[in-house]
Amino acid sequence: MATPVLDKVEADSAASPYITVTFRVRRFNPEVAAEASWQDFVLEIDPKERVLDGLHKIKWDEDGTLTFRRSCAHGICGSDAMRINGKNRLACKTLIKDINPEKPITVEPIKGLTVLKDLVVDMEPFFQAYRDVMPFLITKDTNEPTRERFQSAEDRERFDDTTKCILCAACTSSCPVFWNDGQYFGPAAIVNAHRFIFDSRDEAGEQRLEILNDKDGVWRCRTTFNCTDACPRGIEVTKAIQEVKRALITRRF
Amino acid sequence: MKIHKYDTVIVGAGGAGMRAAIESTQRSRTAVLTKLYPTRSHTGAAQGGMAAALANVEEDNWEWHTFDTVKGGDYLVDQDAAEILAKEAIDSVLDLEKMGLPFNRTPNGTIDQRRFGGHSRNHGEAPVRRSCYAADRTGHMILQTLYQNCVKHGVEFFNEFYVLDQLLVEVDGVKKSAGVVAYELATGEIHVFQAKAVIYASGGTGKFFKVTSNAHTLTGDGQAAVYRRGLPLEDMEFFQFHPTGIWRMGILLTEGARGEGGILRNKDGERFMEKYAPVMKDLASRDVVSRSIYTEIREGRGCGPEGDHVYLDLTHLPPEQLDAKLPDITEFARTYLGIEPYTDPIPIQPTAHYAMGGIPTNVEGEVLTDNTTVVPGLYAAGEVACVSVHGANRLGTNSLLDINVFGKRAGIAAANYSQKADFVELPENPESLVVEQIERLRTATGNERVAELRRELQETMDANVMVFRTEQTIKTAVEKIADLRERYKNVSIQDKGRRFNTDLLEAVELGNLLDLAEVMAVSALARKESRGGHYREDYPNRDDVNFMRHTMAYREVGDDGAESIRLDYKPVVQTRYQPMERKY
Ligand SMILES: Cc1cc2nc3c(=O)[nH]c(=O)nc-3n(C[C@H](O)[C@H](O)[C@H](O)COP(=O)(O)OP(=O)(O)OC[C@H]3O[C@@H](n4cnc5c(N)ncnc54)[C@H](O)[C@@H]3O)c2cc1C
Repeated sequence: MATPVLDKVEADSAASPYITVTFRVRRFNPEVAAEASWQDFVLEIDPKERVLDGLHKIKWDEDGTLTFRRSCAHGICGSDAMRINGKNRLACKTLIKDINPEKPITVEPIKGLTVLKDLVVDMEPFFQAYRDVMPFLITKDTNEPTRERFQSAEDRERFDDTTKCILCAACTSSCPVFWNDGQYFGPAAIVNAHRFIFDSRDEAGEQRLEILNDKDGVWRCRTTFNCTDACPRGIEVTKAIQEVKRALITRRF
Repeated sequence: MKIHKYDTVIVGAGGAGMRAAIESTQRSRTAVLTKLYPTRSHTGAAQGGMAAALANVEEDNWEWHTFDTVKGGDYLVDQDAAEILAKEAIDSVLDLEKMGLPFNRTPNGTIDQRRFGGHSRNHGEAPVRRSCYAADRTGHMILQTLYQNCVKHGVEFFNEFYVLDQLLVEVDGVKKSAGVVAYELATGEIHVFQAKAVIYASGGTGKFFKVTSNAHTLTGDGQAAVYRRGLPLEDMEFFQFHPTGIWRMGILLTEGARGEGGILRNKDGERFMEKYAPVMKDLASRDVVSRSIYTEIREGRGCGPEGDHVYLDLTHLPPEQLDAKLPDITEFARTYLGIEPYTDPIPIQPTAHYAMGGIPTNVEGEVLTDNTTVVPGLYAAGEVACVSVHGANRLGTNSLLDINVFGKRAGIAAANYSQKADFVELPENPESLVVEQIERLRTATGNERVAELRRELQETMDANVMVFRTEQTIKTAVEKIADLRERYKNVSIQDKGRRFNTDLLEAVELGNLLDLAEVMAVSALARKESRGGHYREDYPNRDDVNFMRHTMAYREVGDDGAESIRLDYKPVVQTRYQPMERKY
């Protein structure tokens, strides 16, 4: 006998779990038309499914030209940040039932980065800002220890929150300052600087702070908390930015 | 078409690819081609930890780790490679710490360690704390740390470049690597990368199963590229089914949950693993636990109205411990199942997880063209490769280790080779195979759909070559796959454009999955025994007389153009451990 196969969801029960929803998707393909436009797709979907499942249904069964990035499908790889009903979310972490399926669900690319096709944006400026904060451990040891460096559990805890970042850009592309001026480092780069500034093993805190002291640095932050709302990893982004600002004033970290 | 020239080209920017890149970039002009942005790689999904006998919290040593790896792999492990893995584990964890990886710490400030399946003290006496971890996001931290260090070393990435072909050229009777051909997602342009050395680090192939912990993008592209060029694939019948995937979705809940004290229970609330593995219980090796779960389900002790899953029970663990040690997986349960793990058990089922087989290499990462001959200039490391340190069943935490140990080795070996070797001249029209493939798909008008064929493939794989197999189920799969391969010739796509054509690439990826599924099924059919992840109900015992050997599968093309698979076998390297009966 073969491995028992799970019955298909359809066979589940007399009361079908499926509901009808409309996905209203922002489409753009410069190979076809110069302007972006909205397109509606009506789907039968289990409300416990993800927005990503809905997009896959469209792509796989209706319109193969619909284009978006995705990989792990459970909120870890950071590929599928998009604007869902006007809020930055990961499509794979947003269940249909949690976003009022009664009304059309709008899906758009994240803002502030150039749209290349449908939901795909140019991520290069985002990664450039990240690289600019020197996102790697810098130590001055001339002889590396043979074993691990010591770090107390409390020191490790100090920067735990900002280690969770998956570089999905949901925070940066939710920030009104970034929308207006792409030169601003943006929350994600600051979060990643924070991760090193507050790591007891790192010795380049001053240098990183100087980078963020720049005119396009932390002082541009207007504390609107959009970033904290948007973060799919639950990072307290605004708090991290505040801590960096405070460190710049007190030079203590 | 564009031609690029690099000393070393690395295919893939997961853990193995980036670990290799850090070494190779410092020694040779290196390009990393990756179909995903590096930080999107599936290494980031790894949760539980990375094994190394640091002995930070209790007595441990690399020899015990080697033994567990060999036993865990049901003695199909090449023991010389396992010894390297276990010995170099210690430095590879320390390397990562020095690169900045934020491991969890013990009260004395050293790297903390926890229990994991199959890892034991003194050859099976009791579970040992060997897994180094960062909460339940160890893979995320490894991927981030390696990417950070690639930024530091100025590694040159070609992001969203899909490698679709391997160039092999015969020079004086020796088959050598000349480079690779890649497709650029953003533009649809074809790029030929001439390189003295190529390292495949393109990850696994789990997407031919339906219920899987693997990303959509894990489609075995690297394995398929070399296989199609006549190089063998080793031990492809061995695939690991992880016991605890979220019911129906397959999303992984780390074994670390059981390492922290989680318990599997059937519908009667019974801790059933006590029956199957009296010593290691819930922490027996994965193949054993997955079979036990399905045995419970088949014998009517599964949970839910359909009796098709069991529970992972964490409710007896203090909420603070769950928050500190397992924050991500408890959140998965809340997000995807609406379940509160503090108070309710989590419905789980085995999920297709890890390819033990892959491109055969020696311990330097050099790719083999038969049982002994290497292909100069060609390397592989990570899940795409088969060294073989995992044999018939990989132990938890040994893959994050594998990608670091053998990624580093391959990076150094490839760069050393490209420092002294010359470029191999490119064949005439090096891009032709890829151009033909892409154009055929772009202009095809057949009536078969990619998504439908993939669905049917995944269903037949789940039904027929998963945890339990028989001659009959495997034959059913072989026939179905042959049928799907025929129908694939009539596949057409809707997106005919050049820009970000993911419709096209999904079709290419499906072609790879079909080729590899066939190799898996054919290899499984021929292995008339049960060993590790390959369990044949019609041959329930391990047969060391006939099958203590690695499978080597070759693609053959007849004069009439008909394709077939030829199977050969390669001896297992045994050093200190004689095969014994495997009990946990
Ligand atoms: C959910 C989950 C949890 C896990 N937990 C653990 C754990 O706790 N401990 C442990 O030891 N192991 C664990 N594993 C296993 C381990 O994470 C993987 O085996 C390992 O990370 C694979 O690394 P890799 O570098 O070989 O491949 P990946 O990280 O998958 O990277 C593959 C790379 O190849 C690239 N690529 C693929 N195809 C192409 C192509 N055609 N052209 C160009 N580039 C390409 C991709 O872009 C990607 O960068 C887990 C696995 C999963 C799925």
